[in-house]
Amino acid sequence: MDYEIVIGLEVHCQLLTETKIFCGCSTNFGNLPNQNTCPVCTGMPGALPVLNRKVVDFAIRAGLATDCSIVRENVFARKNYFYPDLPKGYQISQFELPICVGGYLDIEVEDEKKRIGITRIHMEEDAGKLVHPEYEHGVSFVDYNRACVPLIEIVSDPDMRSSAEAVAYLKNMRDIMVYLEVCDGNMEEGSFRCDANISLRRWGAPELGIRAELKNMNSFRNVQRAIDYEVERQSDILDNGGVVVQETRLWNVDRGISMSMRGKEEAHDYRYFPDPDLLPVVIDDFWVDEVRRNQPELPLAKRQRFVVDYGILLTDAEVLTSDRNLADYFEAVVKIFPRPKAIANWIMVELLKFLNDDKIAITQCSITPQGLAELLKLIDKGTISGKIGKQVFAQMYSAADNDPELIVTTKGLAQMSDAGELTGMIDEILAANADKVKEYQDGKSKMFGFFVGQVMKRSKGQANPQMVNELIKERIG
Amino acid sequence: MELYNYSLENLGELLDKGEISAVELTRSVLERISAVDDTIGSYLTVDAEGALIQAESADVRRRKRDNVTPLTGIPVGLKDLISTAGLQTTCASKILAGYRPEYDATVVSRLRSAGAVITGKLNMDEFAMGSSTENSAFQKTCNPWALDRVPGGSSGGSTAAVAAATAIATLGSDTGGSIRQPASFCGVVGMKPTYGRVSRYGLIAFASSLDQIGPVTLTVADAALLLGVIAGHDACDSTSVDLPVADYYKRLKNDIRGLKIGLPQEYFGAGLDSEVEVLVRSACGQLAAAGALVNEAISLPHTDYAVACYYLLATAEASSNLARYDGVKYGFRAENTDGLLDMYRQTRAQGFGDEVKRRIMLGTYALSSGYYDAYYRKAQQVRTLITRDFEKVFADCDVIVAPVCPTPAFAFGEKVDDPLAMYLSDILTIPVNLAGLPAISVPCGFTKSGLPVGLQIIARPFAEETLLNVAWQYEQLGGWSRRRPEIKKKAV
Repeated sequence: MDYEIVIGLEVHCQLLTETKIFCGCSTNFGNLPNQNTCPVCTGMPGALPVLNRKVVDFAIRAGLATDCSIVRENVFARKNYFYPDLPKGYQISQFELPICVGGYLDIEVEDEKKRIGITRIHMEEDAGKLVHPEYEHGVSFVDYNRACVPLIEIVSDPDMRSSAEAVAYLKNMRDIMVYLEVCDGNMEEGSFRCDANISLRRWGAPELGIRAELKNMNSFRNVQRAIDYEVERQSDILDNGGVVVQETRLWNVDRGISMSMRGKEEAHDYRYFPDPDLLPVVIDDFWVDEVRRNQPELPLAKRQRFVVDYGILLTDAEVLTSDRNLADYFEAVVKIFPRPKAIANWIMVELLKFLNDDKIAITQCSITPQGLAELLKLIDKGTISGKIGKQVFAQMYSAADNDPELIVTTKGLAQMSDAGELTGMIDEILAANADKVKEYQDGKSKMFGFFVGQVMKRSKGQANPQMVNELIKERIG
Repeated sequence: MELYNYSLENLGELLDKGEISAVELTRSVLERISAVDDTIGSYLTVDAEGALIQAESADVRRRKRDNVTPLTGIPVGLKDLISTAGLQTTCASKILAGYRPEYDATVVSRLRSAGAVITGKLNMDEFAMGSSTENSAFQKTCNPWALDRVPGGSSGGSTAAVAAATAIATLGSDTGGSIRQPASFCGVVGMKPTYGRVSRYGLIAFASSLDQIGPVTLTVADAALLLGVIAGHDACDSTSVDLPVADYYKRLKNDIRGLKIGLPQEYFGAGLDSEVEVLVRSACGQLAAAGALVNEAISLPHTDYAVACYYLLATAEASSNLARYDGVKYGFRAENTDGLLDMYRQTRAQGFGDEVKRRIMLGTYALSSGYYDAYYRKAQQVRTLITRDFEKVFADCDVIVAPVCPTPAFAFGEKVDDPLAMYLSDILTIPVNLAGLPAISVPCGFTKSGLPVGLQIIARPFAEETLLNVAWQYEQLGGWSRRRPEIKKKAV
């Protein structure tokens, strides 16, 4: 292609605070319309905002995790525009003095590492939601449950050069925010949203081209598709000697195209000014240090710690730390049964297979860390073999039964470890297969496996394989 | 003397002694309202039923000696921009006609828990924008001292009510002089506390960084008692200040000998009515004679810029504060409109009066991209200079004394078509709001034609104690408070 792609992203994260940013209402999702409201978040005349300091903690947390500087004097500003979902006719946001500036996030695409700059992170309130009922044409309702829910907006520098880089940045950012417990990262429900600014320029051109802003992409896949579509659209325009219009475009998932939302001629003048109802928030070193001390471990640090502390492979550590909850699960098992390698194996091979087949998250898994630890203890003690262990595991998973010992007892799955009993069985098998014993003794060493197999078959898999090996060796040398 | 004519302070004593009941007192005030308010027009809403119920429970409280305060059983009226749960609150605007708040403003909760009896809601300039109460969308309020004259504004209903005894005390709000100027015009005491002293939660905003609720009363002692109830930190208002509230009433009689009083030259310049000047200067003479040290040569050099600065900042904030009146959630919505945008336009075009629209347009312009630095930011810088002027003066003075308004009450219609002339009537009160200071208007005499004139006293931030002390001492010297106009009923 003749053009360099330039992408900058604006990410909105809904914060996991229990109450809203400027009032005491619950942020709980899924309540009845307008249940989580009060005079403040519905913009009643005379009601005033009071800042939830937890929001500042969360914003500092996000800033520290992305190597931003924390701005010491924070000012909230009003962004003025009319829309029915905006109860006050203005959104309280930050404009000239955002809380975090000048950070970065490292990404990796096709083994190439890249650093993406972060321009700023600011705090703001969310708007409500319009509801257009199908049964009544021309009437709309407003649900203000979401109004005043805290958000941080993370604005990147225009540093990304492909949709793949954009998606890598987003995935990385989401991991971090989920790890920090700042945001649940749910793109479908809109608690993690992204707008993309895209422009093209001829290779080597010093100035950025005219950009379009893309909205309404509610999955990583849609971000990729929408950006690719936009790149194609703009390069067609430029190839034909046209000029890209600066505008906002909405991605239409069903049709796989984007459509213009509003042009520049209708561009808003938001008339930002400092909100006189809120005093500047001064953040001192003590506050920043306090947040730093309680900062949760980030994925990269956790990965390295898993390799060093638990002696597991880097590739395993990557899988285990890819999801904060999975990492927590792993560590919970290790705490009860300190055999990290075995645990990592079981999680990666068995557990994840089941979860992937059912498309459920680790948090919905019916086997508790305690249950898995108990199962691994039974294998370790030799009560059951690894193979039987898998059967028990399947049983535990499907029946949500976390008592493996009881399963083993009731189903008679315990391993045969009685030397006398095993010897009798082996002697019978060797006697019945004298020809094969001879072959073995003549040098056909792979016959050994045959004998072991016969014993396991006769014992219905319950014979202790290690003992079987030893006893056969004793008999036939 | 009829009960409605007494001061809050005296009524408290009568109630304490059990000589009168809150119900008797409330009936007396309600009867007074019926008798004269069709002439004065101070009330937009009278809550007679609610008032009597509150009076009954105040009597019970007094009988049981259960948490009795100086306000228990006292009929108080509220400017119609102070939210009262369930009681219509309109800001004298068509756009809020029929609006009943679902919550009480903090000052209302405090009045209720002190046992005050809320009589109703008082007329004002629409959204507190005006200096004559002529901008009310619903009715005009007459000056009880001269029915052909305005009561001042924007708290004209609050001051006319106290002057006409249709309430024992009232609350107003002061953004650029809206308590002090009408108090001066109506011959009553009106006080604007320091910004942050009284919670704004539930006060329907005009200009958030300037608005402050304050008492309007017959005497300075009454103001001290009422302020004592409404002042204090409120967690619901981020701009309210967490400082202790003194017992203002107890400190009223402190000695003022040696107190340093400054008279700013700039407040005695061109445009000041000569009768007003004489009355104010003679009040200063009385204070000096009582032992205060009066310095007639202090200077507040940026005074000339205050009106321009104020009309940029106040309108900028108002343009945003009034955005919520969009017809979506409450109040007025235009009918037969074509889509959302048209609904917005028609609702706001029909719902707001001319002065409100004028200020929304001014403020919108001041904040517009490309003009912000020249207007809004510059005005903020001027505000800082004006604040510094006061800081410098207060290094050497305890209080500043000045006229409240360059003129006494003017006639209806005199300035309503000339916004600039109207704006200039606030020239001596606006700087105080820009600097966030406490100030009071105390009656200091009458013009030859019988119109009251107020003396303005200004103190350091949060020095309400000093302010009320000086005001009380002057009140004793001057003896102009407690006078009552004779209200001639309009011919029907």
